[in-house]
Amino acid sequence: MTSPPGAHLPEHPDFLWDNPEPKSSYDVVIVGGGGHGIATAYYLAKVHGITNVAVLEKGWLAGGNMARNTTIIRSNYLWDESSGIYEHSLKLWEGLEEDLGYPILFDQRGVLNLAHSLQDVRDSVRRVNANRLNGIDAEWVDPAGVKEICPIVNTSPDVRYPVLGATYQPRAGIAKHDYVAWGYARAAHAMGVDLIQNCEVTGMETSGGRITAVETSRGRIAAGKVALCAAGHSSVLAEMVGLRLPLASHPLQALVSELLEPVHPTVVMSNAVHVYVSQAHKGELVMGAGIDSYNGYGQRGSFHIIEQQMSAALELFPVFARAHLLRTWAGIVDVSPDASPIVGLTPVGGLYLNCGWGTGGFKATPGVGDCFAHTIAHDKPHPFNEPFTLERFTTGALVDEHGAAAVAH
Amino acid sequence: MQLIPCPWCGPREEAEFHYGGQAHVAYPEDPSALTDEEWARYVFFRDNPSGPFAERWSHNAGCRRWFNAVRDTRTHDLLAVYRVGEPMPEVTA
Ligand SMILES: Cc1cc2nc3c(=O)[nH]c(=O)nc-3n(C[C@H](O)[C@H](O)[C@H](O)COP(=O)(O)OP(=O)(O)OC[C@H]3O[C@@H](n4cnc5c(N)ncnc54)[C@H](O)[C@@H]3O)c2cc1C
Ligand SMILES: [Zn+2]
Repeated sequence: MTSPPGAHLPEHPDFLWDNPEPKSSYDVVIVGGGGHGIATAYYLAKVHGITNVAVLEKGWLAGGNMARNTTIIRSNYLWDESSGIYEHSLKLWEGLEEDLGYPILFDQRGVLNLAHSLQDVRDSVRRVNANRLNGIDAEWVDPAGVKEICPIVNTSPDVRYPVLGATYQPRAGIAKHDYVAWGYARAAHAMGVDLIQNCEVTGMETSGGRITAVETSRGRIAAGKVALCAAGHSSVLAEMVGLRLPLASHPLQALVSELLEPVHPTVVMSNAVHVYVSQAHKGELVMGAGIDSYNGYGQRGSFHIIEQQMSAALELFPVFARAHLLRTWAGIVDVSPDASPIVGLTPVGGLYLNCGWGTGGFKATPGVGDCFAHTIAHDKPHPFNEPFTLERFTTGALVDEHGAAAVAH
Repeated sequence: MQLIPCPWCGPREEAEFHYGGQAHVAYPEDPSALTDEEWARYVFFRDNPSGPFAERWSHNAGCRRWFNAVRDTRTHDLLAVYRVGEPMPEVTA
């Protein structure tokens, strides 16, 4: 007798979380099961003891930008406001594997942000100084220093965009994005949080200026508080309560090469030539570009962006000429006017906003999870997200991080 | 590569064009009368729909003229193109 196909395979390992039916009511409903949504649920339960919480995800858990980003983690932003929240996040990354009891392959291999023009050099040195004043590790390195840290970078002067130096943050690095999401999900589930997949929020109910419930593809769910963590879809959700956001949703593409021997020891980013590169633990070169120019919710972008990105990568790393491109993909990023996020209260009571992270919110996952949970629990922003209000676009108190964040992630 | 039908030159590759964001956003008639709130709306807040969107494009590497388009932001399909000054055409997405 022949056995059926797969009969020799072991049992499926234990699932890291359940797939519960939604209850009719929760204290807190989080919309969006990406990194930010799951991390927020985790810190609500862990730090604030709030466990009657549901995370509603329209697709599968962490299948949005969380599954699509290039995992660069750093805290070398220019302004004090940004230093606060990104450095808080980096410190949490440094203890996260232990905190979650789950491997996340966090690897502090450092990041080089290249300067290619005199203006770049001045801006970069200024940023190094600003970082140091905020207690963030940062160094200015000259082209020889760049070559020492990353020998495969082309530092010859006779290229279109010569490398004139770089900022270096040794504590920066990468992590395995899926493991981060799964680690948070497993721990949140263990504390009683319901992670509900295939559940799209389609409407919101308010009464007397307060949020009371969400309508979903799986029925109405009453909620004491609702927290939006919908990244690229934030405008669509806010619109459900008549709230307008200063966001534009754009495609952002990335790609990987075939698996290669270790050749690239750090992370290299360049705003001027629009590319950033690291090598994943498995061996693929991971590269990202700038956003596609147009608004888009299609999770796909245009091919000429990939072409530009590859030509930039080849100029910086001639050794990549023989590598084959394996896969390209796109996410939907919610870009804000000052390249900084919006995290805080809204004019609707009990409705909280976390969006506008655009091309760079993966690194913020632990930090914003912690601060947003605090904001929800106390109905008051945490000091680290206090500057990132929606009102700043009216008062003019912008946190302009275009220099540190524009193409870079 | 998408082909974008310039209303003057016909279909050309997307790389020839420059994106200009939401169309039909008029400069305030009496700027000095605007409140901070109204200025914020004008400067920073744009529609960001998942679906048909009226937007501006410039045919930078061609005739160098601006025009408007209605594009479905979910599929990136161009549903209509029309000249500046013309009203947004009816579209079915
Ligand atoms: C190609 C690419 C590269 C990037 N590289 C970096 C990087 O190197 N470093 C960095 O720091 N950041 C990077 N980012 C940005 C980062 O990925 C995002 O800022 C971050 O992931 C956003 O938070 P999130 O994980 O919660 O988002 P997401 O994972 O997108 O989560 C939002 C979730 O909301 C769900 N949702 C939307 N609407 C609804 C609804 N109506 N009902 C229910 N659920 C809904 C979505 O399905 C989605 O799962 C990159 C992004 C992309 C696309
Ligand atoms: Zn033309």
